Amino acid sequence: MTSTTRASDQKLAEVAKGIRQRVLSHSLKNNGGYMSQACSAAELLSCMYGGLVDLPELEEPLLPRSFEGTPGTGGVNRKTGIEFHGGRKADRDRLISSPAHYALVIYAAMIETGRLHEDALNDFNKDGSTVEMIGAEHSPGFETTTGSLAQAISQASGVALARKIRNETGSTWVFMSDGEFQEGQTWEALQAASFHKLKNLKVIVDVNQGQCDGPMEQVMSIEPLAPKIEAFGWEVVRVDGHDTDAIFAAADTVTEKPLMILCYTDPVRGLPIMQERFPTLHYLRFTSEAEKAKYAVAFQEMVK
Amino acid sequence: MSYEIVSRPHQQNFIDWSADKPEVVVLTADLTNSCEVGLWRDTYPERFFSMGMAEQNMLGVAAGLAREGFEPWLHTFAVFLYRRPLDQLQMSIAYPSLKVRLVGFLPGIMTPGGVTHQAIEDFAVLRAIPNMTILEVGDATEAESVIDIAHAVDGPVYIRQLRGEVSRIFPKDEPFVFNHARVLSEGEEVTLITSGIMTEEALRAMPLIKERGVRVKHLHVSTIKPFNDPQVIAAVTSASKGVVTMENHSVIGGIGSAVAEVMAEHGAGIPLKRIGIKDTYAHGASQKYLLEELGLNAQSLVAAIEELTGQNLNIAAEDLAAVRVADVHSAAKAEAL
Repeated sequence: MTSTTRASDQKLAEVAKGIRQRVLSHSLKNNGGYMSQACSAAELLSCMYGGLVDLPELEEPLLPRSFEGTPGTGGVNRKTGIEFHGGRKADRDRLISSPAHYALVIYAAMIETGRLHEDALNDFNKDGSTVEMIGAEHSPGFETTTGSLAQAISQASGVALARKIRNETGSTWVFMSDGEFQEGQTWEALQAASFHKLKNLKVIVDVNQGQCDGPMEQVMSIEPLAPKIEAFGWEVVRVDGHDTDAIFAAADTVTEKPLMILCYTDPVRGLPIMQERFPTLHYLRFTSEAEKAKYAVAFQEMVK
Repeated sequence: MSYEIVSRPHQQNFIDWSADKPEVVVLTADLTNSCEVGLWRDTYPERFFSMGMAEQNMLGVAAGLAREGFEPWLHTFAVFLYRRPLDQLQMSIAYPSLKVRLVGFLPGIMTPGGVTHQAIEDFAVLRAIPNMTILEVGDATEAESVIDIAHAVDGPVYIRQLRGEVSRIFPKDEPFVFNHARVLSEGEEVTLITSGIMTEEALRAMPLIKERGVRVKHLHVSTIKPFNDPQVIAAVTSASKGVVTMENHSVIGGIGSAVAEVMAEHGAGIPLKRIGIKDTYAHGASQKYLLEELGLNAQSLVAAIEELTGQNLNIAAEDLAAVRVADVHSAAKAEAL
């Protein structure tokens, strides 16, 4: 199902560019944002929302809802952000995003692909809004609460298991970040998905090799990632995470195992001046008006 | 006092109950026979999922299944449902208020498995979690009927379940009623609130206490959260001499604390005696030994009532009905744990 609705190369490139522009524009306006995540994940999110994940279409972009309250016993406030993904359909795919701090980038991707109204970012991190900074299950495009990392892959395994029991043909995709492979839960989930033969479970990872404290090599190395995951019984494909052809080709891998696509990415791709901040890339906070002015110039270059 | 002893009350009962409920699935973490669901697995292999010793993932998988309309019943020892996977329990299950049933065995100090296997603070931890419903069974009748109660809750439920050889204290035709205490005796001087296996322990002393002329209202509580049964509120705020709670749990955060909260909020200016584990860990020893060592026994109840009434009840340990404690090596258990 994956490549049947693939967007054109030109469209994929436009979406990736749009993601970086929106996140940088927003960061300039708000004196900060998760910019390196936009630089690293722009192409892979462009692919995921550009036909790689076979999400049901929407008639028009949706406006975010206001926050209605926390879920409670008796079924109150159970609405999730799944409506932005077209809901549940047996023969279509699902997409569960794990790194909730990528929310701004994910919202931007959904705006660029016509799922989320372009005014939605006006509500970002505003009191009473669902367009939260760390996406939760009520936020557009989210259906689980995964700000505590590594919990999505287990929950998605449960969704995939349920869909397997019901003989649904659609796949369940998980978008993950590489830092989550430091958590023990991720490895528990990998062994269980393999043991229960969840070939309908597919994971795509932004391997940007960075985390909050800095480069993963200095914080807690996870490499060699591919052979470790293979040893857990998964089909693993390593790709250049900025090469949309390679990402789509990886998604077409025919296998009886759960599939892991490791997208190796560059955390400053498309915004090279951010390299000056290395190793502090996790969050772009301008330290002076002069620095902010430099990024404003970079933005002008980007939109040319 | 002697009761009918029911062997493995959960085992066949849960199999029969599940027959017409295809949405019910069972997940375990390497304690399948120890939690009386080995036969369930053999009866319904297509809806039984072995998750191995990996509880964090098991709780997440359960959440995913629940979101898709299944009703996962997780069976393992109580400690492994809330200690190691507490964040997963909170974020993957409790926040979205999913219909996941956590069936926890070996509550409190019922096992010689020692501190790693003894869930002595589960109420304290889980009462603080929004959306949780907490149930505890006190006999075979409740072990059988608790599943209907949990099934009806549209949210996560934690059950302190009993296994092996279990006394039937309450008539089989008087099942567990949600948030409704059982009145075991009437009296206006002292209110006694017991739960779980502490009810059977208290019942060893109650005939003698009543015989000595103390008028005790004894309530057996099985719904731990919510804790707003009007009968309980009335009883703990109106006793003329005071209130005693008795629980197989730490005195911090459990039933004693819940009763204290109710009493304080209603301005009940009467004393409260909490019998429970006094802010200490336990260790590996028999249930009988630990109940005595930690003072979770009928003698402690007598002492508490003596303090509240100022009356010497003159009840010696040998006067109390013989303690019935299941043999550690009972054939009704998969291993001696």
